[in-house]
Amino acid sequence: MLEFVARRLLHTALVTLGVVTLAFVALRLSGDPAATMLPGDASVDELRDLRHALGLDRPLHVQYVVFLGGAVRGDFGDSFRHQQPAFGLVLERLPATLELAFAALLLAVAVALPLGIVAAIYRGRAVDMLAMGFAVVGQATPYFWMGIMLILVVSVELGWLPTSGRGGWPHLILPAVTLGTHFAASLARLTRTSMLEVLGQNFVTTARAKGLGEPRVVLAHALKNAAVPVVTLIGLQFGTLLGGAVVTETIFAWPGVGRLAVQSIFVRDYPVVQAGVLVLALVFVAINLAVDLLYGTLDPRIRDE
Amino acid sequence: MSRALALEAPAPARARRVPWALVLPAVPVAVALVAALAAPWVAPASPTAGDLATRLKPPAWQEAAVAGRLLGTDLLGRDVLSRLIWGARVSLLIAVAATVLGATVGSLIGLVSGYHRGRVDSVVTKLVDIQLAFPFVLLAIAVIAVAGPSIPVLVVMLAIGAWVGHARIVRGLVLSLRERDYVQAALALGAGTPRILFRHLLPEILSVIVVLATFDVGRIIILESTLSFLGLGVQPPTPSWGSDLRDAAVYVRQAWWTATFPGLAIMVAVLGLNLVGDALRDALDPRIRRMTR
Repeated sequence: MLEFVARRLLHTALVTLGVVTLAFVALRLSGDPAATMLPGDASVDELRDLRHALGLDRPLHVQYVVFLGGAVRGDFGDSFRHQQPAFGLVLERLPATLELAFAALLLAVAVALPLGIVAAIYRGRAVDMLAMGFAVVGQATPYFWMGIMLILVVSVELGWLPTSGRGGWPHLILPAVTLGTHFAASLARLTRTSMLEVLGQNFVTTARAKGLGEPRVVLAHALKNAAVPVVTLIGLQFGTLLGGAVVTETIFAWPGVGRLAVQSIFVRDYPVVQAGVLVLALVFVAINLAVDLLYGTLDPRIRDE
Repeated sequence: MSRALALEAPAPARARRVPWALVLPAVPVAVALVAALAAPWVAPASPTAGDLATRLKPPAWQEAAVAGRLLGTDLLGRDVLSRLIWGARVSLLIAVAATVLGATVGSLIGLVSGYHRGRVDSVVTKLVDIQLAFPFVLLAIAVIAVAGPSIPVLVVMLAIGAWVGHARIVRGLVLSLRERDYVQAALALGAGTPRILFRHLLPEILSVIVVLATFDVGRIIILESTLSFLGLGVQPPTPSWGSDLRDAAVYVRQAWWTATFPGLAIMVAVLGLNLVGDALRDALDPRIRRMTR
């Protein structure tokens, strides 16, 4: 197990380096930030001064080393708009984003697992059709539209829940439903397929043959073995969830990292965009490490690969 | 038993069965395609010229509706239905272009890396791993923040999001196919690498690529509309389902129809594409069931 953990840690370190490098390449190849930041009528001298101030006139490999060094220390420069370190601004907003993402995750798991299991047990019956119908429609619905429709119906027409902002749990419900639905849909489909595969196997027949009750067969024997692909999907989809959080936060005026990053694009507050994107990407890498380790606990065979 | 039956009553009996699983979801996809191709002729009004005197008018079945505006008008008095039809053109064009680009590049890389293995393969695998570790919307935001929003940038970004899936799956298939006897036979007959890749391996996996691409078009329509919704994609006044929703979200309380119909269009088109993809997969190549879930 120790060797497995060490290998996963090394892999994560490599991926992290890759992610930071990818961010650097994407940001440098896509244009000149200095030109984007200055107004259209800026002079050549102003442009040169800004490029120098940002270190953009140095050779690319020097810029890369400086960028890496900054990323390690959490130094992405100061926000132009707020005159304080961009990294700090992002960290301040991180709890709100994580709160939203985990609420959506919990909601999705709480809905999707029972739905997928029931659909697998009653395969081909009405319950199955209904559950999979929900899943297929859920997968085709864009986050932002779902958010707008929920606001329109639940908040404006019915007046049940607040339309925006962060506060107690009433504020959390609509954003979490918006963000969680898409995820719940794919999770329900996978749970169903995974359960169907497992339910046909010999050890399930054995469990039934030795007289175990059906709930116990399904929950204790089948579900545990169907869990590996499900847990993997949860880890992989967390990235999509963080991406979706950017949109959801924008719709519901949720004060998280995603909304901050999007707002910063429009005021050309470049360091904040950079810090926000990287912090979210690193959260995702960390979650995947956790999932990998959990995976090794669920299925000991994976450790020896 | 079924085999014996199939021998007695061959092809004609099976051919008459309508594949509803494919035909039904293909209807909304076909409608969207026709709208996209024939927008200038089927749209009842201009998508960009509005009449401020008839702004925010509801759909035809409500009382305050104006004549000739079936789905109502938006904030600038433009016909919502016409914008939907022209929006189909923009959204589908972007999605198809990005899918073709991503699928071509991804499949080529997958073919080469799966066939050659070795160093090329390990570099490609690492690259795929790293990109999958980066939530795509965030990557797109970072790039568009600097490059500025425009349709070409959008297409390239969306293609970058799509190549990984193709590369990974094609590579996996080629890894096992390259050991097959027919490939070894072609090698023994002196076939060069390009011939093996394009004449022997590519036809074998083409159906997989087509199925993946179908799912991709749907996925990319959602991604494009998401980026456009955030203001990072298609820019006004060009009609696109996502950017129209961006405007509509602001005054959704006064005019529910401006926000409802573009979203419905996205949902129905993507739903159709996903179901067509499911049906194609089951018909063409059941072995990729696991990969495309």
